[in-house]
Amino acid sequence: MPWLLLAPGLAWLLAFYVLPAVQMFTYSISTGSLETGFEMTGSFAAYGEALSRFGRQFLNSILYGGAATVLTFLIGFPVAYTIAFRGGRYKNLILFLVIAPFFTSFLIRTISWQILLGDEGPVLGPLKQLHLLPGTFSVLGTAVAQVAGLTYNFLPFMILPLYVALEKIDVRLIEAAGDLYAGRWAAFRRVTLPLALPGVFAGSLLTLIPAMGDYINAELLGNPQTRMIGNVIQNRLLIQNDYPVGSALSFMLMAAILVAVFVYARALGTEQLTG
Amino acid sequence: MADSMTAPREQATGRTRGSGVPHLGHWVLPVFTAMAIGYLMVPIAVMIVFSFNQPQGKFNYIWNHFSLEGWLHPFDWPGLGDAVRTSLAIAVYSTIVATILGTMIGLALTRYRFRGRGLLNGIIFLPMATPEIVLGASLLTLFVATALPPLAGTVPALYPTGFGTILIAHVMFNISYVVVTVKARLAGYDRSLEEAAMDLGANEFTTFWKVTFPLILPGIMAAALLAFSLSIDDFVITNFVSGTTNTFPIWVYGIQKNALPVQINVIGSIIFLGAVALVALTQLRSGRAVRIR
Repeated sequence: MPWLLLAPGLAWLLAFYVLPAVQMFTYSISTGSLETGFEMTGSFAAYGEALSRFGRQFLNSILYGGAATVLTFLIGFPVAYTIAFRGGRYKNLILFLVIAPFFTSFLIRTISWQILLGDEGPVLGPLKQLHLLPGTFSVLGTAVAQVAGLTYNFLPFMILPLYVALEKIDVRLIEAAGDLYAGRWAAFRRVTLPLALPGVFAGSLLTLIPAMGDYINAELLGNPQTRMIGNVIQNRLLIQNDYPVGSALSFMLMAAILVAVFVYARALGTEQLTG
Repeated sequence: MADSMTAPREQATGRTRGSGVPHLGHWVLPVFTAMAIGYLMVPIAVMIVFSFNQPQGKFNYIWNHFSLEGWLHPFDWPGLGDAVRTSLAIAVYSTIVATILGTMIGLALTRYRFRGRGLLNGIIFLPMATPEIVLGASLLTLFVATALPPLAGTVPALYPTGFGTILIAHVMFNISYVVVTVKARLAGYDRSLEEAAMDLGANEFTTFWKVTFPLILPGIMAAALLAFSLSIDDFVITNFVSGTTNTFPIWVYGIQKNALPVQINVIGSIIFLGAVALVALTQLRSGRAVRIR
């Protein structure tokens, strides 16, 4: 009986999640083109080419994706803490505001940042007219704008799991720390923070994974030097029709993220919480 | 056990609110939170404000003067109406299919104990943990492969990509989200109600439709809403499998290099306000239901 209920959905995932992954790996060790077809050669040349030509973009992905994850944590933790412990009757309203960006298209929100950060936009325009900034000053088209956009886009993914973890904490444990002569900071560091670790883990992954693979922020807010691995994958597969290298890049991104997840789980000691 | 644990905790929270909970500075946190919420709201405000702009030239980047032009003619741009229609069709169809398939998996995983259940939970989790770009790229390689030797001719060709392949992709990434949402809803589900129905002479089929289904319907509706919103907003995966077919986000991406019509902001605002209204409505209804109980 359970298998009857499971069969159609699992078949769909098998056909359109597992098989594509296998196909992608096959193409990454093949040679050929869309016109002539691909032949599996078992050669890992595409991986070598991907790494030697696009190492810079891989580095950018790690750097900017990592920076955005750290920033979302630094902004998101105090926010989640405030909602969980001080939200009071505004708790649901604030949570609603946190998820409100999801009701707008991701692309349109990023375009809004283009408008906001534009050289003559609502922020820089007035500052330049008042001669508080030199006329050539710009934010759009820099790594700063790109990281700010990434941070913006994934902030709710950090706040929500942190909130869930903090909300679950039994306040009496924090009070007990106080009774045992821990100062507020010590109680926070030795009780609240460790208990919130599952939320830190979930939030960081939910931010890091899409941030590392993103290519919209780099394209709309960054410049050619700040392109990330997502931009290259999109370019290889959709414009150059270079399936072996595109597939190799995707496969390495996937592997890098799996390794990051594993290392992170070991470091935080929250393996049991992911299963 | 769960009840005896939560009851005193609730009391403790009530008793200590305001004074006992340690917090970092009294005003710092609320002010910081307000600023962070402001950061999240600003682009939405920009989108809505600039939907009333009359831009000079093709790009709606700089405020010129107030106009209702965009709102009066929201589809007045070649291809935009078709793109919105395609987005809605894909969202509706993929939500229906993913909700049915995902709910079935959710039911199986919560109601039956069988070998491989843990492994299955992991498999369901995987598509959500995979970067969207990898999902899109791998689907494209599969679709391409169906049209090339050695597969060509032995399976239905899914390349060139288009409406059908977008639909396949959206169902795929939505199934996992539906399963997770339905499972969360079923976790606190009381089986004794079904047993009572059976005791009163209902057969399994009647029990399911008269007792089980109405009880899990809110969970299914929540899952369907989530699936719909994920589908209508998806860009990254769709971009890999859409070919020449445009959904609304794909259309926006295509046009923004050459022009930024005010209609983008108008449609974005309509989607945003519609979603907010829908959530507000369901919140009000569930709030009322709780009060009656």
